[in-house]
Amino acid sequence: MYAFDFEKPKTVAEAAAALAREDAMPLGGGQTLIPSLKQHLAAPSALVSLTGIAEMRGVCTGDDGALCVGGATPHAAVAADAAGKYPALAALAGNIGDPAVRNRGTIGGSLANNDPAADYPAAVLGSGATIVTNNRAIAADDFFEGLFTTALEPGEIIVEVRFPVPERAAYAKFQQPASRFALTGVFVAKTADGVRVAVTGASEDGVFRWAEAEEALSENFSADAIAGLSVSAEGMVGDLHGTPAYRANLVKVMTQRAVRSA
Amino acid sequence: MPKDHGIGASVKRREDVRFLMGLGKYTDDMAIAGQAHAVFVRSQVAHGRINKIDASDAAAMPGVLCVLTGEDFKDVGGNPTGWLINSRDGTPMREPKRPALAHGKVRHVGDAYAVVIAETYAQAKEAAEAIVADIEELPAIVDMAAAVADTSNRVHDEIPDNLCYDWGWIEDNRAAVDEAIRNAPHVTTLELVNNRLVPNAMEPRASIGEYFPGTGDYKLTTTSQNPHLTRLLIAAFVMGIPENKLTVVAPDVGGGFGSKIYHYGEEAVVLTAARKLGRPVRWTAERSESFLSDAHGRDHVTKIELACEKDGTFIAFRTETMANVGAYLSNFATVTPTFLHGTLMAGPYKVPNVYVNVKTVFTNTAPVDAYRGAGRPEATYSLERVIDKMCRELGLDPFEVRRKNFITTDMFPYTTPVGLAYDTGDYHATLDKAMEMADVAGFEARRAASAAKGKLRGMGLSTWIEACGIAPSHLVGILGSRVGLYDAATVRVNATGNISVMTGAHSHGQGHETVFAQIVADKLGVPESSVEIVHGDTSKIPFGMGSYGSRSLAVCGSAVTKAIDKIVAKGKKIAAHMLEAAEEDIAFENGSFTVAGTDKAKSFGEIAFSAYVPHNYPLETLEPGLEETAFYDPANFTYPAGAYICEVEVDAETGKVDVAAFHCADDFGNIMNPMVVEGQVHGGVGQGIGQALCENTVYDENGQLLSGSYMDYAMPRADDVPFYNVDYSCQTPCTHNPLGAKGCGEAGAIGSPPAVVNAVIDALQRGGHTHVTHIDMPVSPARVWAAIQG
Ligand SMILES: Cc1cc2nc3c(=O)[nH]c(=O)nc-3n(C[C@H](O)[C@H](O)[C@H](O)COP(=O)(O)OP(=O)(O)OC[C@H]3O[C@@H](n4cnc5c(N)ncnc54)[C@H](O)[C@@H]3O)c2cc1C
Repeated sequence: MYAFDFEKPKTVAEAAAALAREDAMPLGGGQTLIPSLKQHLAAPSALVSLTGIAEMRGVCTGDDGALCVGGATPHAAVAADAAGKYPALAALAGNIGDPAVRNRGTIGGSLANNDPAADYPAAVLGSGATIVTNNRAIAADDFFEGLFTTALEPGEIIVEVRFPVPERAAYAKFQQPASRFALTGVFVAKTADGVRVAVTGASEDGVFRWAEAEEALSENFSADAIAGLSVSAEGMVGDLHGTPAYRANLVKVMTQRAVRSA
Repeated sequence: MPKDHGIGASVKRREDVRFLMGLGKYTDDMAIAGQAHAVFVRSQVAHGRINKIDASDAAAMPGVLCVLTGEDFKDVGGNPTGWLINSRDGTPMREPKRPALAHGKVRHVGDAYAVVIAETYAQAKEAAEAIVADIEELPAIVDMAAAVADTSNRVHDEIPDNLCYDWGWIEDNRAAVDEAIRNAPHVTTLELVNNRLVPNAMEPRASIGEYFPGTGDYKLTTTSQNPHLTRLLIAAFVMGIPENKLTVVAPDVGGGFGSKIYHYGEEAVVLTAARKLGRPVRWTAERSESFLSDAHGRDHVTKIELACEKDGTFIAFRTETMANVGAYLSNFATVTPTFLHGTLMAGPYKVPNVYVNVKTVFTNTAPVDAYRGAGRPEATYSLERVIDKMCRELGLDPFEVRRKNFITTDMFPYTTPVGLAYDTGDYHATLDKAMEMADVAGFEARRAASAAKGKLRGMGLSTWIEACGIAPSHLVGILGSRVGLYDAATVRVNATGNISVMTGAHSHGQGHETVFAQIVADKLGVPESSVEIVHGDTSKIPFGMGSYGSRSLAVCGSAVTKAIDKIVAKGKKIAAHMLEAAEEDIAFENGSFTVAGTDKAKSFGEIAFSAYVPHNYPLETLEPGLEETAFYDPANFTYPAGAYICEVEVDAETGKVDVAAFHCADDFGNIMNPMVVEGQVHGGVGQGIGQALCENTVYDENGQLLSGSYMDYAMPRADDVPFYNVDYSCQTPCTHNPLGAKGCGEAGAIGSPPAVVNAVIDALQRGGHTHVTHIDMPVSPARVWAAIQG
């Protein structure tokens, strides 16, 4: 690791001020950032820890009934505290990494990082959640901009994520055998307005919505409804763990499994 | 009631107390006053010519004490290889120099060409990035077939076809095997890959070099499976210093699986730097360095042919293998694909004729050497897979085909067509046992239950044999070994009656401290708590050859036993004097020397005391003291064998394989500690399932390691393996060592991969995917799915 300054503010405003410094970076649970510092892949001037900001931690219910998760809330807290209100989200959080990762890693860090194989982006996009930062509210559909890129400005902090709670929802994840991130993971949510299907792990462009499946499932929310659909391998990731064709297959299989368990 | 102490008891591992409580002392735990830190600079290209290394900026950075490059080692020796193999035409193998730091060329990604020593680790690491290396990239040689075909592109400039040797075993069998295959009623052919594995010991390699200018002594603390061999290699070959001026200490070592048998350049570098700086110099590998620079395992590309009668009676086996040795010859790299592989190609079968051809090839990849099983898993996998394929082609029952071809108990000792003399075994017994454990008759019901869940179920069998307890020195000498393969132990009875046992074998997870103490305590009739096992320090232990090849118990345990016999013999002489009886009349039993037929007795403690306080002692004819050393050179290999049955469930939609059950019936001869044996089998089978289903080492065409971290290298985890069902009740004790023990450390890793893959193929076949006759390991979800698609 290169040397850097470390700050641990108590409020979002203090954090935003600290992040105004050139090359300062927010630090969530450090599960992604610290390893990259160790490998000398990043050289921030300062790390501004967000985990001491009380208003950014915890799970609660908003006035509109949405499930609100503080941006610095660890996965384990979501797994435990969202279980009653939004079991599909809690189950997703409870299956990220291992216990150590879940007790340190945060939702804000995961979304800001936007790893193309991460789990949370599927839930956020699939639920049609809103990402609230220190400056604005960003709709999920506008947030994810491809591999490791998001709509966040430098220094912008994810303060909260608001999830409208669907009637039925489920996440079906097929694990990459080594990392156990999603080789392909599909989040399906059914609301009064229709069905959303968000896919992570599969596409070269990161998390995406599968429009045909949404349409078919909005008509008829059953695995059979998408039996006739096929997913193109074009634009799917090909690597050591699977060809584009394999991932295209998983998109459909995992969508069907999510629907069955929703 | 099961025994609670002594030979055969499941005594809890005494070393686990310190391991589990964080009280172990590993190399990286040692803090030495004045220590400096080394960081190695490693090649980022697979193949390149080093034009210039400019370390001037790095040397001027804060805290930097010195920078060394390949230039600093060009006049010292290379790291030699321990086994000379001759090619079929009689010419000796090609043996390029392996320098401590790369010189002239870099030959694989991770090949270290410089080292920075600094006051702190962070300073050394930053300075390492400031070294400017002008390395002219050359085309990478990765694929073995291309490596031997293209003589213009060379890993070592002096070796035109990148071939280390072209070995035939046994060359005299060749014509007859060819003939038999030509004329056979049926021939099954299988081309397969035995996937390259990264050993992934939990503790990465680490070394600390010290130099004591007052005496000119060196000390190396290092992660080694065999400290004496490391000392020999460094002293006599690499650094040219007297052996008695170098102490090598291998303290607690967190796993090796073969990768820590070998001497590595980093060890010579920290010693050299320590002398140069007059300060201790330490290094601990980062995990990514382990991936790039530990000796890897396996990596064979094989074509095997099985000739048989229509009823499945074997006629001949023929194997052609290309074995990847990587960029340099690691210490046992040449013997692993030859004498540890080709000699096992008869399996436990009475096959009349076998021929094996192995071409060992240099490539721009990390060196490959022995890894748990070492050659024997490769042999077993080839054989057990091709037999399975043959059974399918001829519609024969795989259990019956094995039975029909097994060597029978009346045939021992049995000499195979590939030169081994099996002393004893009962292959029918282990197969019967495994079938009983697996409830083979109930398979159809289990298959139906899986089908109801939408899963395809299959069952796979592997009947394996290995040669371990390596090895008879005279024999390995004839075959090209440059070392002897005895082991040694010293049993020192202290004046107060407790006992220190110094062993040449080294424990890096196996449990020697417990098991050797059980043996000593049992044979001397003393409590286990009074026996201490000392290993891993060349200044304390006799010259032994260390631990690998499932040899610790069979070879070093035999040395311990011999030393104890000497102690007892001397004790009888002392007792005879003290009890005023004839030596022949003294009996030793349960820790007591008695005069036969009388109640006159002396306890073991009294005899020990008398040996050290020899007031009433036969000093004219007997030396005082009670300490004996024994060297034991085995008369033969030992031949553990067994039958493994695996059941899997395959999810055809995703290709995911779950191991539903795994049954092991092993014959390890006599068992010293059943719990330790079970632990060894569990670990070995876990590694075998890892190889079969998950682990893969992939270099791209530029020689970049794609699976260079746990993000892409899939280790088996607890939920990838089932509850193992392990049995070792079939026991045909080894006929030629005093413990009757055969060795169990590698068995699981040898026997399990083909059982898993055979089960997957069986599941797919039964599920109607009859076009799938083979899938290369790792049988990953993506590969299974692709195979189903056709
Ligand atoms: C062993 C292991 C296994 C894992 N397995 C999985 C898995 O199965 N599925 C999965 O989805 N993930 C997995 N992860 C990733 C894990 O979920 C991390 O939590 C996630 O990568 C980052 O979260 P973090 O809080 O640790 O962020 P950090 O590492 O602290 O930061 C990551 C990035 O986000 C920025 N950042 C952090 N917080 C905020 C914020 N509130 N607002 C704006 N920017 C912010 C940082 O500046 C940095 O750029 C795994 C990680 C590890 C180490």
